[in-house]
Amino acid sequence: MDPLEMMKNGVPETFYLTLSAMLFAIGVAGFMIRRNIITVFMCIELMLNAVNLSFITFAHQHKQVSGHLFAFFVMVVAAAEAAVGLAIILTVFKNRSTLNIDEINTLKN
Amino acid sequence: MDLFFFSLFAFIALICAVNVVLQKHPISSALSLVGVMASLAVLYLLLGAEFVAMSQVIVYAGAVMVLFVFVIMLLNAGIEVHHGRSWMAKLLGFPAFLAILGLLCFFVQRGFPNVGSVRFGDWEGGGAQQVGYALFTEYLLPFEVTSVLILIAIIGAIVLARKELD
Amino acid sequence: MEFLVITLIKLALITFIFMTTLAYLQWVERKVIAHVQVRMGPSRVGPHGLLQPLADVIKLITKEGVMPPHVNGGYYLLAPFLAVFMALISISIIPFGGAIDIPAIQLAGKTFGPYHTMMELASVNMGVLMILAVSSMGVYGIALAGWSSNNKYALLGGLRSSAQMISYELPMSLAIASPLLTAGSLQLRGIADSQAGFYLGFVPKWAIFQMPAPQIFAFIIFMIAAFAETNRIPFDLPEAENELVAGFHVEYSSMTFASFFMAEYANMVTVCSVGTLLFLGGWQPLWPAALGSNFVAPAIFLGAGLICLYHGLNPARPFDRYTLPVFAVVFFGLAGLMAFPPLVPVLTPLFWFLAKVGFLLFVFIWIRATLPRFRYDQLMSFAWKFLFPAALLNLLVTGFLVALVP
Repeated sequence: MDPLEMMKNGVPETFYLTLSAMLFAIGVAGFMIRRNIITVFMCIELMLNAVNLSFITFAHQHKQVSGHLFAFFVMVVAAAEAAVGLAIILTVFKNRSTLNIDEINTLKN
Repeated sequence: MDLFFFSLFAFIALICAVNVVLQKHPISSALSLVGVMASLAVLYLLLGAEFVAMSQVIVYAGAVMVLFVFVIMLLNAGIEVHHGRSWMAKLLGFPAFLAILGLLCFFVQRGFPNVGSVRFGDWEGGGAQQVGYALFTEYLLPFEVTSVLILIAIIGAIVLARKELD
Repeated sequence: MEFLVITLIKLALITFIFMTTLAYLQWVERKVIAHVQVRMGPSRVGPHGLLQPLADVIKLITKEGVMPPHVNGGYYLLAPFLAVFMALISISIIPFGGAIDIPAIQLAGKTFGPYHTMMELASVNMGVLMILAVSSMGVYGIALAGWSSNNKYALLGGLRSSAQMISYELPMSLAIASPLLTAGSLQLRGIADSQAGFYLGFVPKWAIFQMPAPQIFAFIIFMIAAFAETNRIPFDLPEAENELVAGFHVEYSSMTFASFFMAEYANMVTVCSVGTLLFLGGWQPLWPAALGSNFVAPAIFLGAGLICLYHGLNPARPFDRYTLPVFAVVFFGLAGLMAFPPLVPVLTPLFWFLAKVGFLLFVFIWIRATLPRFRYDQLMSFAWKFLFPAALLNLLVTGFLVALVP
């Protein structure tokens, strides 16, 4: 069906998927270019959110609740990950008193 | 009406997402990320996922991001400093980003050309009852495994962040 | 169209009443604390200080809003807006009573109505979750205010408040979850309706008495967590004036300061309404209408009017001779309104709801006048070592009872 035709009775699901893809790409870009370890972590959360949007859209497409549950599990895992990750950041800051990932390179050389 | 709400909140989400990447101060990035999460919650509501929308706000915007803001305030993280970066990265970064974005959008459009459309209220399968039923029957094992994972995360966070007992 | 007009009318009414309540809650608080401490309280502006809130509002509006040069501009202004927005938004989904039916009216050859509407602004399927979501977003206002002020006291206040609110949200959510198990609904109106009825003809089926699992402990945990969530004494660490000057709002003045104050009182009202709806049966009366619960409201107002009249005729202070009879007339009018038969089905549930909310608000003020402040480590260990396990245990026991008792 033509997207313009479909827009008359709602928003095409492709739009949601495209939005999700765009958010994911922005998250990847942020992950690459940012140097603050907390911001890098936030870009990972952004990518997880983008994936969640895809899950919910597919759940709507197949009219099944499973997609919601995957999104729910992603959320729970992200919360656990945030707790551990921020604890690691705190420890790193305590030991090296910097948040710049360029300066945390003891293992490199 | 659906298209209006979708466009509005998709626009807010995109602007905030770009802001997350471009802002220099971590607090600004964190608040923009809260904006992304809130507008995604509205989009979930449009998609009929009431329960996930609410837990998105409670868990992500209300707990995880508060934790981020708390840590940023605690460490008093300032504006980030950039060290020298190769001219190639500066030159190729943005075109490469655009290329990846274009490719992703192209594949999405190609892969799902006519998957139907979303109208608010045409599918009510995402209520608390349906989600709860599926969670405790079909997905019971993942649910239990997740609870163990959270326990491990709690212990890990405590071990990492506690003060050394001399 | 009709729906839109009715909703706009309700919106205007609720906004007006809610804002007035917020202003006068301050007056009530000062009066109650004063009487607990054997003082007079505000008594200069207007009779019994009744115009004091108005004077305060005028003072706060006309004062110069000072913005210190060292603050972080945008966030400094965003913070009070966020706090007050998140505090006010949750009142829109709280139901106050049953349905209002207005019969059809013939006016100028046209028939208007009949109208049928519920006493609430919006009916949300996920009402309870939405309240939790909005209240969990409220912490940003305080945390941002603390951070953007660029002031060590404000930063400490903001840090304390975000840690405190994350910690007390857990026992609060768990305490809210247990009556949901017996109610079987997430809609606030559905929850209140599920508590209708009486045991043995006179014991109300409110969640704190409801049979398979009485939620009295959940109610106590909820109230304790509510004190912490609204930053009230004994948990007002974020604004402890003798340690942190004024905590997160030390750099604020004029209207920005007033909005933090308004947010605190709005949060109090919301939390008390949620407690009433979840645990105290919403607008269900304390005893059945067959035993005369419909006459409580007129009787109370009649009594109040008679007391005012008596003291007006035997005045203790000179101006009581003129003011108290006016109050007596107002109370008699309210009593007449409450007893007027066509209005009884509308006003009686509203009266019971407001009476319960008012009682909980009084408890808030009473405790503020009574208890000292916690120490910070006591606050945290109380949340994590006592309140959280207690709420978890309560949820577990409730779950077992609901599942096992048919």
